[in-house]
Amino acid sequence: MATAQLNPAPSGAAPVRAAQSGAVPVAVALVHTWYLTGRKLHALVRQPWVLAFSVVQPVIWLFLFGQLFRRVIDIPGFAFHGTYLDYLVPGLIAMNAMSNNMWAGMTMIEEIERGTLNRFLASPASRIGIMNATVAEQAVSTTVQSLIIVGLGLAGGARYHGGVGGVAVMVAASILVGVVFGALSNATGMMLRSREAIIGVYTFFMLPLMFLSSAFIQTQLMPGWMQAIASRNPLNWVVQIGRSAVSATPDWSAIGVRCGGLLVLAVACVAVSVVTFRSYQKNV
Amino acid sequence: MSSIDCAIEARQLVKTYAVRGNKRGIRALDGLDISVPRGMIYGLLGPNGAGKSTAVKVLTSLARPDSGTARVQGIDVLARPGRVRQVIGVVAQRSGADPTATGRENLMLQGRLYGLRGGAVRARADQLLGHFGLTEAAGRLVKTYSGGMQRRLDVALGLMHRPAVLFLDEPTTGLDPESRAAMWQEIGRLADNEGLTVLLTTHYLEEADRLASRLAIVDRGRVVTSGTPDELKGELHGDVVQVALPAGADSSLVRSVLAGLPEVREVVIAGRDVSARSDDGAAAVPVVLAQLQRAGINAASVAVARPSLDDVYLRHTGRRYSEAQAPEFGTPDGPSDETARDMVEASK
Repeated sequence: MATAQLNPAPSGAAPVRAAQSGAVPVAVALVHTWYLTGRKLHALVRQPWVLAFSVVQPVIWLFLFGQLFRRVIDIPGFAFHGTYLDYLVPGLIAMNAMSNNMWAGMTMIEEIERGTLNRFLASPASRIGIMNATVAEQAVSTTVQSLIIVGLGLAGGARYHGGVGGVAVMVAASILVGVVFGALSNATGMMLRSREAIIGVYTFFMLPLMFLSSAFIQTQLMPGWMQAIASRNPLNWVVQIGRSAVSATPDWSAIGVRCGGLLVLAVACVAVSVVTFRSYQKNV
Repeated sequence: MSSIDCAIEARQLVKTYAVRGNKRGIRALDGLDISVPRGMIYGLLGPNGAGKSTAVKVLTSLARPDSGTARVQGIDVLARPGRVRQVIGVVAQRSGADPTATGRENLMLQGRLYGLRGGAVRARADQLLGHFGLTEAAGRLVKTYSGGMQRRLDVALGLMHRPAVLFLDEPTTGLDPESRAAMWQEIGRLADNEGLTVLLTTHYLEEADRLASRLAIVDRGRVVTSGTPDELKGELHGDVVQVALPAGADSSLVRSVLAGLPEVREVVIAGRDVSARSDDGAAAVPVVLAQLQRAGINAASVAVARPSLDDVYLRHTGRRYSEAQAPEFGTPDGPSDETARDMVEASK
């Protein structure tokens, strides 16, 4: 071990400060977003099986439900051109995006307990960068998972008439809904700092929102009250965006409106998590 | 000491945490004052829950105090937290290293967040890895590190950007004796770094005695006394005669019979432990025992000791250090929150 001067600390001007003092805050935020996202993606790449395992559930549903409800399509009034598998894929992509991002708060709690978040907060790390990194990581993992489901659906016989563009729009919508629920989960984690709370939120929202959407069955076959809820259910918007985008005749104006709605919601939810983040900082 | 010479200066810090079931909340800091001169290891000694971690959180810009002022390197922590973060290094009670990254990756990210770029980051990381004996483990994931290795990496993380002030919050809690001794050596070496100021919090008397050039004893959110370890012990003139009383002994009777003795200067009774101060401990022992026996009290044991920081603590707080020490809430790395621990303890 070296015994040389470890810290020739200049009492006044640290060399570090010179490097950052002239930097624009926005540029610092971007640079820090880059490095902090890199940290998260590195961890993701090291454990690719975590991503793969997380799609096991939707994949089982894909083939189980795809087979079980194969004939549902024949119900009068179902009004869908294609196989039930074609119908199911956009629903499961939306479900997967919501379900996996709802666990984001767990990572947040882990980082709080481990002291990692406090380490960043006591450093000049950009606060926006810290939040951005979380959102960026969620976007990347949601994209990978959605593409896995798209691929497996294709292998199972599903067809996407909307082509690559349609699939891209479907995946983009899944990212948006992932950001919505990821941000809410992070806010829950930071505010309550309890894993039970996150599990509670998950069980409370996951199945109801899924079955109050057109993921498995057309909304026009639902009772009136369920239809009313479904039309306001953001998860349903994602399903509808995806289904329309990959169909032979996408309704681009409806897709645009729903994407806009999701975007507004995503921004609002990220704002909520930023506010919670601020209150966390005050109550460390 | 003028504030210009101070690396850290806190005045009248008050911090209250809101808690359910307690309307007034819990006061973790209750008018804490400290002045830390530049270029030394300064100890903040106190039992769990005394407010040490809260003090560190306020001084490192993590928590906002309800009132009071704090300056680090002359910079106002409340007004310019961003500037303060540039000049401090923080090694919190909980390791903050990312277990899913390697030691080197952790260090490089830390350096980049402080604005180090290019070859300088790698060079600095390698230097620290070498210094802390982690070169061989540099490419391994941190979750495979032993507790001692993780703690050394934590200190390296705190030093990555060559801070002027380093905060070490309970650096050896949870370490086995061997790793603790190694960590003490590392911390001792930090003192050789010209200009580096270290604020070390600890609840180990021995650690404070051994490492700190000066220290402040913190109890219930305020500093009860401060000085060099020798000064503090020197205030307690002479030796201490420690007598353990039998069960059921009447402490007021003990006090009254011992107070009259010319050999004994000061008597403190905490539970069944009696500490009597004397210029000549060896000569006082037979007198004290005889006096107690005359009053019908047979001492269970007796010892003569040089004053320790434990005695200093007792003198200023009226409690033995071991009694004030909170029970551990979980393991140091576990889910327990040091703030929660501060709070629970303060509420007692």
